[in-house]
Amino acid sequence: MPKEILAKKHPDDDLIRVDRMPHIWCPGCGIGIVMKCYIKAIKESGIPPERHVVVSGIGCSSRLPGYVNIDSYHTTHGRAIPFAIGMNIVKPELEITVIAGDGDLITIGGNHFIHAIRRNHDINVVLINNFIYGMTGGQHGATTPIGSKTSSAPYGTIDNPFNIPLLAASLGAPFVARWTTFHVRQLTDAMLKAMKVNGLAFIEVLSPCPTQYGKDNSFPTGLDMMRYFKKMCVINHEADLRTVDIDLKSGKPIIIGNFIHKEKPSYNDMERKLIEGIMKEMKSHG
Amino acid sequence: MTERLLPPGKYFIQGNIACAEAALIAGCRFFAGYPITPSSEILEWMSYRLPQVGGYFIQMEDEIASIMAVLGASNAGIKSMTATSGPGFSLMQEGIGFGMMTETPCVVVNVQRGGPSTGIPTLVGQGDVMQAKWGSHGDYEAIVYVPNSVQEMFDLTIKAFNASEEYRQPVILLADQVVSHMYGPLVIPPYEEIKIVNRKLPCVPPSIPDFKPFDARYEVPPMALAGMGYRVHVTGLTHDERGYPHYTHEVSTWCVQHLVSKVRNNAKKIWEVERFMLEGADIVVITYGITSRPSYQAVKMARSEGIKAGMLRLITLWPFPDEIVKKVSEQAKVLVVPEINMGQMIHPVKEVAECIVVGLSWAPGAVPTPDIILDMIRSVSR
Repeated sequence: MPKEILAKKHPDDDLIRVDRMPHIWCPGCGIGIVMKCYIKAIKESGIPPERHVVVSGIGCSSRLPGYVNIDSYHTTHGRAIPFAIGMNIVKPELEITVIAGDGDLITIGGNHFIHAIRRNHDINVVLINNFIYGMTGGQHGATTPIGSKTSSAPYGTIDNPFNIPLLAASLGAPFVARWTTFHVRQLTDAMLKAMKVNGLAFIEVLSPCPTQYGKDNSFPTGLDMMRYFKKMCVINHEADLRTVDIDLKSGKPIIIGNFIHKEKPSYNDMERKLIEGIMKEMKSHG
Repeated sequence: MTERLLPPGKYFIQGNIACAEAALIAGCRFFAGYPITPSSEILEWMSYRLPQVGGYFIQMEDEIASIMAVLGASNAGIKSMTATSGPGFSLMQEGIGFGMMTETPCVVVNVQRGGPSTGIPTLVGQGDVMQAKWGSHGDYEAIVYVPNSVQEMFDLTIKAFNASEEYRQPVILLADQVVSHMYGPLVIPPYEEIKIVNRKLPCVPPSIPDFKPFDARYEVPPMALAGMGYRVHVTGLTHDERGYPHYTHEVSTWCVQHLVSKVRNNAKKIWEVERFMLEGADIVVITYGITSRPSYQAVKMARSEGIKAGMLRLITLWPFPDEIVKKVSEQAKVLVVPEINMGQMIHPVKEVAECIVVGLSWAPGAVPTPDIILDMIRSVSR
């Protein structure tokens, strides 16, 4: 316990469930930084907190909604996106952000991820990629760089990870970005952009997990990976997304940026148009 | 809004269509589903009808997504439904458990077909009756209605919505291929005669400090919806009244006891059975769903042969109407339980029966004829 209390209230306390502190995240974890950026984006969005909803699945990252003081839904593993879609379709006035981990959104939940982008539902998806299953004890997933040592790959992984921005872009997402927990201003800005996007806005956030990924893969502390992000990241908004895969080993730069930002009708737009057409036809037929 | 709903009157209609129209009358305005035989007509009809009544339809990428979208829509305050069959019902189990834990109302229609696995997609089965109760992991109390006619596809769909809204949980309409594909008479009474239940919403303002979304003072807590300003936290983790995760045994005890007791305490209100020729019956056929239809005939034939046969039809399988079955068994010599599975509902019957219980296990793919049930009645009467 600290002997001296420097401030009685954090400026973000109104959007934090202070009664749930301390949180579960380990020292050096990046998820808290993403939470701070999200809270800042909520405040700057001009949308009242009552209209913001955060939805997650299962895992360390998916605990984030439990600490944010807005309507928050902590669903099942990999299924945050379809839950958010149901909510978005019937209440499009809600600003729904899905925040979950790589294992959740792109490994077990990969099917929902691709179809949600294909249909272009008006939700924001923030994928916190720490390259590992943290909560279950450091097993690899579909984002773990090849050759990584994990608790279920003691001899190193042999399967290729996803290049997620390329995947999202190939499905036609109107907004695709990648930042890291080192780039807090740019990440907050990307979240604000995402909230204004009509359709599915996707942000990949690279985040350190010293406890479960870093320890066996040359990033023993959170700071080690933050330094790596600082050193290796190259901002290129116009990057050829075929080249933005991550290996964390060969000295290859990590390409980050707001890669895609375009206008595209959302699923809700298409549905509204469809319903208007049906109503018009029904009226003309009495 | 009753505009563009199926008007009161007499119809000759398919079971699945009766179910879909009933859902609309019950107030369902969101459907998410994935095509699967023999339930697809519900999905197709909803895709045609929901936009006409100001509702929303979406065909999802699988059944897991379908149930989750339904739960998301319901948490935003819209009555929601999905429909599937065995393989899809298996995929939905985790989502159903999430709905139970988060106390989210919705209706899941499972049109049973032959199983296990892909089984016989186009033909009848009753193999999901235990799954309907025990399918998702952990403790909860399922509410399961089993229709045996087109009229009941309509009536029980409305009751399923009402129960889901009243008890704040997923409720299952457990149909089967024959009842769902059957064309039959349907009477829709005047709307004012149809009881419609809507979930209770919080009556305190969102500004109240320490609002508890799962307030223990209520048997069924009023439901704070997304966007109302209550800033709820809803989780599938074991949680306290505030909705916050807690792993103490004290909180776990409260949480699971709350989930089961809201149904257990009201079981007698939820139970529905049909009694048929039970006066002085020595041999009672305990039946449900499509198997009840040849059973009426078999009981009548047995009576004409001088055998004192009767029938008790379970309309709610779960909660199991144990006291009613027990009472019937006290006056009977033998209970006969015909079912299109290898013996499932015979177990809860045996658990309470005060007389001999004999099963009639019939493999999926066909409904047993009255003769087969009659033969069983004859053989146990000797």
